[in-house]
Amino acid sequence: MSQPRIEQALHAPLEISFDYTRSLGPTLSAFVTGLAQRRILGARASDGRVHAPPFEYDPVTADPPGELLEVGPGGTVVSWTWMQRPLDAQPLAGPFGWALIRLDGADTTMLHAVDAGSADQMRTGMRVRPRWSDSHGAGITDIACFEPGEPAEPAESADTQQGRAAEPVTMVTTPIKLGYEHTVSPGESSYLRALAEGRLLAQRCPACGKVYLPPRGSCPVDGVPTETEIELPDTGIVTTFCVVNVPFQGQQVEVPYVAASVLIDGADIAFQHLILGCTPDEVRMGMRVKAVWKPREQWETSMRNIDHFEPTGEPDALYETYAHHL
Amino acid sequence: MKHRAAVLGTGQTHHRSKRTDVSIAGLCREAADRALADAGVAIGEIDAVVVGKAPDLFEGVMMPELYLADALGAVGKPMLRVHTAGSVGGATGIVASSLIQSGVHRRVLAVAFEKQSESNAMWALSIAPPFSMPVLAGAGGYFAPHIRSYIRRSEAPSHIGAMVAAKDRRNGARNQYAHLKQGDKTVEEVLASPMLWDPVRYDETCPSSDGACAVVLGDQAAAEASEQPVAWIRATAMRTEPTMFSGKDHVNPRAGADAATALWAAAGITSPIDQVDAAEIYVPFSWFEPMWLENLGFAAPGEGWRLTESGATEIGGQLPVNPSGGVLSTNPIGASGLLRFAESAMQVTGKAGEHQVPGARTALGHAYGGGSQYFSMWVVADTPD
Amino acid sequence: MLIVTDVAVIGFAQAPCERHSPATTNGVEMLVPIFHEVFEATGLSKNDIGFWCSGSSDYLAGRAFSFVSAVDAIGAFPPVMESHVEMDGAWALYEAWLKVLTGEAETALAYGFGKSSAGLLRRVLALQLDPYLVAPLWPDSVSIAALQARAGLDAGLWTEADMAAVAARSQRDAARNPKALAGRAPGGQAPPAKAPASAAGETTTEMLSHPYIADPLRAHDCAPVTDGAAVVILAAGDRARALCERPAWITGFEHRIDSAALGARDLTASPSTASAGRAAGASRAQVAELHAPFTHQELILRRELGLGDEVTISPSGGALGGNPMFAAGLARIGSAASEIISGRAEVALGHATGGPALQQNLVCVMDASGSNGRSA
Repeated sequence: MSQPRIEQALHAPLEISFDYTRSLGPTLSAFVTGLAQRRILGARASDGRVHAPPFEYDPVTADPPGELLEVGPGGTVVSWTWMQRPLDAQPLAGPFGWALIRLDGADTTMLHAVDAGSADQMRTGMRVRPRWSDSHGAGITDIACFEPGEPAEPAESADTQQGRAAEPVTMVTTPIKLGYEHTVSPGESSYLRALAEGRLLAQRCPACGKVYLPPRGSCPVDGVPTETEIELPDTGIVTTFCVVNVPFQGQQVEVPYVAASVLIDGADIAFQHLILGCTPDEVRMGMRVKAVWKPREQWETSMRNIDHFEPTGEPDALYETYAHHL
Repeated sequence: MKHRAAVLGTGQTHHRSKRTDVSIAGLCREAADRALADAGVAIGEIDAVVVGKAPDLFEGVMMPELYLADALGAVGKPMLRVHTAGSVGGATGIVASSLIQSGVHRRVLAVAFEKQSESNAMWALSIAPPFSMPVLAGAGGYFAPHIRSYIRRSEAPSHIGAMVAAKDRRNGARNQYAHLKQGDKTVEEVLASPMLWDPVRYDETCPSSDGACAVVLGDQAAAEASEQPVAWIRATAMRTEPTMFSGKDHVNPRAGADAATALWAAAGITSPIDQVDAAEIYVPFSWFEPMWLENLGFAAPGEGWRLTESGATEIGGQLPVNPSGGVLSTNPIGASGLLRFAESAMQVTGKAGEHQVPGARTALGHAYGGGSQYFSMWVVADTPD
Repeated sequence: MLIVTDVAVIGFAQAPCERHSPATTNGVEMLVPIFHEVFEATGLSKNDIGFWCSGSSDYLAGRAFSFVSAVDAIGAFPPVMESHVEMDGAWALYEAWLKVLTGEAETALAYGFGKSSAGLLRRVLALQLDPYLVAPLWPDSVSIAALQARAGLDAGLWTEADMAAVAARSQRDAARNPKALAGRAPGGQAPPAKAPASAAGETTTEMLSHPYIADPLRAHDCAPVTDGAAVVILAAGDRARALCERPAWITGFEHRIDSAALGARDLTASPSTASAGRAAGASRAQVAELHAPFTHQELILRRELGLGDEVTISPSGGALGGNPMFAAGLARIGSAASEIISGRAEVALGHATGGPALQQNLVCVMDASGSNGRSA
């Protein structure tokens, strides 16, 4: 593969985002409910060590814990680091410390943020206390972060009053949003750029001679790059299809519509596209179709430039001529 | 030549659309604890753990076996995580088998799961990358055109898919763990259900389930020492082909046919229809039953639908297919393949309860995934050879 | 019953490490050239491979089923026996080794690939942590490693100078490795996005004068975010002898995992490494390629594997010279095998790690003289 073509590969942002709903099960539910009540709970393991947060299953015996016990709220920093430029969704927007915190009464540590102000305020052995957030029952983020100092004397504040009344929490929601830069292969880049010019540009495999539209990263049969470009017409046949009655998020075409495998004249694989310009029950396997392009000013590097395929009215292709493409 | 391996026990969860009563670890433990109890093996006696599940995006946990190490008793032990798309449950069973057949381990716990209600399976399956033009969403839309091709190629009558769906849902009612239990389902009801992606109807489509499956495998010594029947693994096979290539047969994929040929040869089976007593086959959309019957060599090409139509694939027929209710009744994607493998083992050890095929001694477990490209299967029997 | 016991690494190739590969996250563009390279070197073709197994991660690509398109690089028709792990390719190699041991395949090819630069790696890896109580805080992987580094400093197990020494040695070695990030002519790559690692030749004092990026870690303590791929070929018995003059016979291949509870582990130790190493015979190694994405982790691994001062550590430059996620561990094994195949060593070890702060570890010990004495 020639280097310059790789460097011109098309790329675009891809974001994946979902608010995951996590059911907690009995042990984590007890812990998270405890946080809602402004209590931090731990579990005693088979070796006698108190784990806070509690384990769901003992690291040695794999048994679930017995009754949970209260620890903290104060704790000691056992190890720490400094987050100078916080990332998305981390506990604090400004610089903060990460710490492994051994809550009073526990033998293991909990990972959380410490709002110490600056790195030189962080110290192994420093004492910290939780700063509670506005939420009750959101999970670990009920603790907004920890801050330096001893916990205040226990007092019934409005917050703890509200907390003690908290219903058992059985589910937490964790939003996960990640951004990526998605790159397509050199062959696909050429194909997409050609689409932006209203052309269908396929690639032929040097080993088997088959024509791929769209091109794959390499010939799937021979494992070699398909570099020879070959322009194809925007006509072809429907090999097979289904009639879609189920809309999906972002779909702009009204149901029912036909989603078909379209085999362009000269190509050796089919691709999915829409068949419009007739009723769904008029669509047949083998039907000859032609692309209907969107207006030129709407063209981009995408197959969306072809709005749909429509029947040409020519006689259907004989089954034997496309049976091997099914 | 390999060391012998056997299924000492199996377990699975009660499968539902949302298991909101457990965490991910809890879901896995429910299946694992049942399997260990069934096998009469303590979790401390396990030498290695294999976890299988489909894309991490479904639960939003990267490499969840890391988080599950404690829950599955794997701390200090070897742990593998397999991911071969929809066939992963099957691949998990095969990898676990190879740990014993290679002579490396004596007792292996395999767990496959999906807690897909944490997100939404349709969303996770349908994330469209930039520059693409999605025309439909979900697996059903992907496979429906190929089902049309099968119907055309075989000239099967249009009610065959509905027969499969009604059968599998009725079978599900005999399976205490199944997600969908529809003991009264009729062909007419299926044919009257809404058409989703013509020719696939609503009732012919697998559900989205939370669930897990676990199997405990043992070597020959462990199997012989077992106080209860074990399912000997006679053969395993897996084959892969690309998602799309010129000349791909989407209806009767070569990878599936090659895997089956290798499987039968290794198991010493010359006539599958005669020598296999029960088959748990990965049928997520009803028409895959006749398609896979042909792909697996139970019927000649174009003839699979006749087996279905004749009633041969009902419990009590010549070749009961999916007595458990199959994927059409229960579908935690990562677990579905291992459920097929586990159910086949349950059949030959007489542990299938109300969905037991009487006298079953040799059974097939089968899984497929991706764009009909990954195939994993095994044959288990009540004797070592 | 004939049980296959003699399995050897007979081929290894890796893609040049890049900070920002223009390739896709499917891995195909990185894999096709190195499949070609390793086939040329061994005289094999794709049709000679009995079993294929890959390691990669959907979360690196941001797409479900991202490994599926990588199969296009194989040319998997006629259909092949193939599998995939959502782990470093080192574990794919382990699965391949099992397959060869069962006698189902005489040759196997394992590959790993990762385009870490597609996303923000240190943030993506937060999703490896406990999904309920830790991941929602989004602790990034560098911060997790930093907590581990500090724990060792506090305990007096290592100093920042010790860490810098690992970095300096790695950079010198990487400069000689044409596949490492540092080992290419200037102008061959885009300039690094963040503060450059210390130039080879700096004194320890100079190295320690650079600012922390995550106290106590400096840039030179952290493997650069790297895109890349690796491939290793295994063969059994006489087949290996026919294909390779000096096969690297696998005499020990073990892996273990530690608890997921970061707060319950002693982060300055790695019991899984010690256990895997003991079982695999690690102390016999003359050369050890260690998968240590952070300098302090190399110190932990050396100790747990019982590697004395006489052992050559990561002559390739290791992960610090280039850490293509999901291929780096496999590349350590391949690099170690190369030490034997080239005649530079008799016994070599490749190590791979996965998960936060060395949670899971794999050790592969190879020997030029073969025969691991496994009984049938």
